[in-house]
Amino acid sequence: MSEEKPASVWIVRDYRRCSGCRRCEVVCSLHHEGKIWPEASRIRVFMLVPGVEIPHLCVQCPDYPCVNACPVQALSVDEKTGAVRVDKEICNGCGDCIDACPGRVPHLHPGGGYSLICDLCNGDPECVKACKQGKWNTLWIASKPDSPTAGTLSIKLYARPPQETTKDLAEGLYGDTAKEVI
Amino acid sequence: MLYGYAGKMLEVDLSRDRIEEKTYSEDLLRQWVGGRSLATRILWGRLGSRWQEIDPLGPENVFLALTGPLTGYYPGAKMIISGKSPQSNGIIGSAISGEFAVELKCAGYDGVVVEGAAKNPVYLFVADDTVEIRDASNVWGADGKQTLRLLTKETRDELSKRWPSRGLWKDPGILYIGPAGENKTRIAAVLQKWSHAAGYGGYGGVMGSKNLKAIVAKGTKAMPPAADQAKVNDLIREVCEDSFAHDDWRRWGTGHAGYSIGADMSSEPVRNWQEEWHDEKSFGVDRFEERVWVKRYWGDYGCPTTCLKLAVLREGPYKGAITDNPDYELQAYLGTNLGIFTPEENVYLVAKVDDLGLDGITAGNVMGFAAELYQRGVLTSKELDGMDLKWGDAKAFALLAERIAGRKGIGGILAEGTYRAAVKIGEMKDVDVMKYLIQSKGVAIGAHGIRSGLDYASDLSYSCSVQGGDHTSTAGLPLDGELWKSELSMMVADSGVVCAFNVFDMDVVWPFFKAVTGWDITREEWYNSIALKTVQIQRAALLLGGPDLKWDPRIHDENPQRFYEPLPNGPKAGEKADREKFYRRRREFYAAMGWDENGIPTSETLQRLALEDVDEALRKLRKL
Repeated sequence: MSEEKPASVWIVRDYRRCSGCRRCEVVCSLHHEGKIWPEASRIRVFMLVPGVEIPHLCVQCPDYPCVNACPVQALSVDEKTGAVRVDKEICNGCGDCIDACPGRVPHLHPGGGYSLICDLCNGDPECVKACKQGKWNTLWIASKPDSPTAGTLSIKLYARPPQETTKDLAEGLYGDTAKEVI
Repeated sequence: MLYGYAGKMLEVDLSRDRIEEKTYSEDLLRQWVGGRSLATRILWGRLGSRWQEIDPLGPENVFLALTGPLTGYYPGAKMIISGKSPQSNGIIGSAISGEFAVELKCAGYDGVVVEGAAKNPVYLFVADDTVEIRDASNVWGADGKQTLRLLTKETRDELSKRWPSRGLWKDPGILYIGPAGENKTRIAAVLQKWSHAAGYGGYGGVMGSKNLKAIVAKGTKAMPPAADQAKVNDLIREVCEDSFAHDDWRRWGTGHAGYSIGADMSSEPVRNWQEEWHDEKSFGVDRFEERVWVKRYWGDYGCPTTCLKLAVLREGPYKGAITDNPDYELQAYLGTNLGIFTPEENVYLVAKVDDLGLDGITAGNVMGFAAELYQRGVLTSKELDGMDLKWGDAKAFALLAERIAGRKGIGGILAEGTYRAAVKIGEMKDVDVMKYLIQSKGVAIGAHGIRSGLDYASDLSYSCSVQGGDHTSTAGLPLDGELWKSELSMMVADSGVVCAFNVFDMDVVWPFFKAVTGWDITREEWYNSIALKTVQIQRAALLLGGPDLKWDPRIHDENPQRFYEPLPNGPKAGEKADREKFYRRRREFYAAMGWDENGIPTSETLQRLALEDVDEALRKLRKL
């Protein structure tokens, strides 16, 4: 049995299962930066309220608003994986991609000042492996829905600012008390 | 080149409004590593010559929050809180989990050392190289959850202003105190994330005495370079794999123990240790899992084990309570020790105590003591401010906790901690209440009894520990024994700083030190030098004590009277500690530590460890 990786993948996220361990940030930064550097991780776990942990990363919107918004063409779409690629030599750190993103997912590299966006590790993301290894299963790989009946646009719903997701999730977890802790 | 350390210490003098960066020499760090060992060295260096005069709750005390070289590398996120303890009047290294340690290190600091006291409430805001003392008047008086909410918002807004184009700012790490700390009770914790606490020692009150509500850190830098990053990565993988192989540990954490330590081991405090056995299935981990745990795996930065669980009460009389697990210690101390045997009442009381900023172990210890005095008629309802403090009444204990945190009425006496409260109540009532006291040298004894002989703790554990009743740093023989049975071993975790719950194999820890720091810290060096020196200083500080009280080892290197009384029930009924056997073992322990027959470190021991100033300071005690 061959385990072929789907050509176009997306990382499914189940926030309620996230332990907040941030091992995804550790492996992401080790992979991309060669060192442990949480603030330079392409995936960031927001914990605006304890217990409400939200792995925040690119969903690869079908219409790629960030790519379209870039004034210097530093962003492009990887043909194989569908990931957004950032050319850090060209990127000037203007932040337009962040403003264009419905989830304000990209952030600037704390050392280089260029935009950081998940590149799906060329189709085999490290964060997913770390999450699966520890059996948290907050993140996993699914083939990307490729038709409206499969829910192409639903993917984009996951590109939400973490403060909004936090509110929904906290209400689910904490009920009426949520409003006192957010 | 220094590896594994950020290389700078943040030194703050709140009396003078002064912030400085200090660099510690490689030689000093090589000798004292980090966390508890380094904190002990720094404290002794600054206060040692005047130790007995220093009021732990006065401006002269030094508050320390230190990481170690392994912090942020070894899976998990721990650091050490220290200072002169308002409980023991010695030095306690109190471990706390949470992201603050990693944020601080990524901001470029190995620790924060705070002297003096601010005139008005302040908090310290560390954002990389920008460090500010900021007004905290809007959070002074706020409970734990509100403090965290308000400071998270305020500091994220501030970061967004400073670098608006950067995108969204993640939450910073926040160390804070609740009202119990502000009111300078001796039993207040330093907290993170609602329920993560450095409890032993009473350092919440030390922060309160400095008018320091919180320290907030956001670090955007990389972790400092490791000597051999590839090897570090291998070792991280090894620790994670060890963790993943422990399914039961990950699934339950210590949350199964509220039932099983009582039922299996007869070593769980029940009604102020009048009993140590129970078979209350209502307190089983299955009940916690099905009824209150809404997240089964919860952890801090880098942790593979995620032994915490998120507990929430969404309905019923205690609706709105949120905390973790609770873990075993608080299942016991704010559960069985108070006669409480349901998850809901336990979660409610733990959440209350966390929000107030009390240490759960110590609060449960002192409230259990008060409830036994009520049971025996020593304290009346009138003296308890009208409370009917019956075993199992969670609402009554919650009310008492509020009075302790606010130092109101009887709470003012109990806020002094169990030992001091007992002295006071004994004087007031002219009755001997010392026999109901379960503590060692001002520090509440953790929830692992010694009478049944089935738990890890022994007659030496608390009686001879330099951290008093601390169940994580227990004294024992051999000195290089298991992690939980020797404080020299636990010093590895407390100085690394490494979470002891993620140490599955000590033989991974030594290469980890080497891979991160480049130094070949051997097992031999650890036990013969680094850890041994630290324990000797901690011992000296403990025996010197002052100004309000000090300990005489001939009297106070002792177990609670109750441990010599037979267990009243359960399969181990009749078992008790043996005083003669204990005295023999204590002599052996003193000899192994290089202490004289009175438990004082000998001049020879201290000279051999190059602790001449400690030797000098102890000279007056040797004339006992």
